[in-house]
Amino acid sequence: MAEETQTEAEVPAAPVDAVLEALGALAGVTQPRRLLGEIVLETPRGSAHALLKTLRDEFAFQQVMDICGVDYPERAERFEVVYNLLSVTRNERVRVILTTDANTAVDSVSDLWPCAAWWEREVWDLFGISFNGLEDHRRILSDYGFEGHPLRKDFPLTGYVEVHYDEDRKAVVYDKVKLTQEFRNFDFLSPWEGMTLLPGDEKVNRSRS
Amino acid sequence: MSETAPPAKTVFEVDSHTINFGPQHPSAHGVLRLIMEMDGEVIERCDPHIGLLHRGTEKLIEYKSYMQAVPYFDRLDYVSPMSCEHAFALATEKLLGVEAPERAQWIRVMFAELTRVLNHLLNVSHFALDCGAISPSLWMYEEREKLLSFYEAASGARFHSNYFRPGGVSKDLPAGLAEDILAWANEFPKFIDEMENLLNGNRIFKQRLVDVGVISAEDALAWGFTGPSLRGSGVAWDLRRAQPYDKYAEVEFDIPVGKHGDSYDRYLVRMAEMRESLKIIKQALAKMKPGPVKVQDRKITPPTRAEMKHSMEALIHHFKLYTEGYHVPAGATYTAVEAPKGEFGVYLQADGTNRPYRCKIRATGFSHLQAAEKLCKGHMLADMVAILGSLDIVFGEIDR
Repeated sequence: MAEETQTEAEVPAAPVDAVLEALGALAGVTQPRRLLGEIVLETPRGSAHALLKTLRDEFAFQQVMDICGVDYPERAERFEVVYNLLSVTRNERVRVILTTDANTAVDSVSDLWPCAAWWEREVWDLFGISFNGLEDHRRILSDYGFEGHPLRKDFPLTGYVEVHYDEDRKAVVYDKVKLTQEFRNFDFLSPWEGMTLLPGDEKVNRSRS
Repeated sequence: MSETAPPAKTVFEVDSHTINFGPQHPSAHGVLRLIMEMDGEVIERCDPHIGLLHRGTEKLIEYKSYMQAVPYFDRLDYVSPMSCEHAFALATEKLLGVEAPERAQWIRVMFAELTRVLNHLLNVSHFALDCGAISPSLWMYEEREKLLSFYEAASGARFHSNYFRPGGVSKDLPAGLAEDILAWANEFPKFIDEMENLLNGNRIFKQRLVDVGVISAEDALAWGFTGPSLRGSGVAWDLRRAQPYDKYAEVEFDIPVGKHGDSYDRYLVRMAEMRESLKIIKQALAKMKPGPVKVQDRKITPPTRAEMKHSMEALIHHFKLYTEGYHVPAGATYTAVEAPKGEFGVYLQADGTNRPYRCKIRATGFSHLQAAEKLCKGHMLADMVAILGSLDIVFGEIDR
């Protein structure tokens, strides 16, 4: 308790978050923080497996609830892999985030939690992030023989192929997707809020500076 | 087939064969394809192939405004649509930093529990059907129809209700619905008694379920089990109690747990949960007070029709909401609810625009189905059906 009061005196108005501090002090954690009350830890790719193992064994995060990818095409390492862990004994959740790109594999955690295998297969299927040590590296949600990784931001919503039953060939066949109307994607970014550069007005900054 | 160089003959004695279960099979509860390697009648290996109902919901949501995304959640777990909406509504509210008004929260709690009964009814009776008992499923549809008529009265649709919205619920309960629900809640235990009379001690039913598909508490946790499947293994974990959302902190209910972690315990837990849900429904009805049912911020929820007739501002708000929607401040949240099947979570990432940047749906059945091989290894082929039924699998959510 004495320590707590001391830190409070040093940094007023910031209550001590013992859990966050303990988790943030673990090896490999960068930027521990609470966002909207949820603990978020970032970690470099290499130390993620060790960190997740520590979280499971020493901090009793028994369950990996979800593993998912997020795509930011404009970043150097475009993918984030997000692990959402749950501890039923501590009643706590923690989110671990690492980054990777399309060519760098991430260490699989399917040896820590058997249920991670399908989540990782899903991330592979939808984003094309591969996992080191994942035994079963097949696609899971998309069709047999599907090409591409549909949740990447550069994959079009309509996809590339469509299937239909061909009466002549008596079989279900793949065709290039045909749209009767061009896909419409509205931009609701208001030029009066937030957006600083209007499309086609790129020269404005050059003349200003 | 040239005879010039005959290869060295090796004799393998293989007594196994591979069978294909599904994707069109009534006991698969949807489009599940299982490739099973059998040793006679015993399952040696079982490889579930999923994704046959994949519709790209997560991708579609990235191209829709937050309001347009809600109906997709009805179509995930189509047996318990409102529970899925609940997770998305809570996640969006968290990012927006708003809280639904009291009455809306009570309505949501009540309908979430009605949904639980709706889901368990279908699961338990079809589970019995898979094991050879036809009567429960015939009786059940009558009860289920009553519940669906409550859905219809509140939202206008029997299944795809689009009722829980970020910021509250879409409309208030119509006059008389609360009384109808209360009357039903008083009547319904009689139906559960009848079902239990028929099934609980039934010799055939127990022979099919007891000690079939056993999973220990440690394994259940490692395999990502949640909800009744986890509680069947003796872990008293329930998000409604542990991390209460909406008004769950203010209601009293018990968490039924099993002892053995077999299919029979999972069945018993579901039956007991229906009774607990009735308790919650009655408390919600008693504590519900008149008031607004959505956030009174017109930037998030639409104005009433009447208001639009005389207020220009209301008309503008309405137009803006139904074309552009609302912008959600950048941030990310993983929000989960205790859906009837277990933890249903939404990892929602907002980038400040009117559309989610990423909306990951944590489907409950996904991790349950993954354990199918572990559960059914060494069991008979017919037990596979019982195990699948006890896991409560719906492909709308697993395949997304």
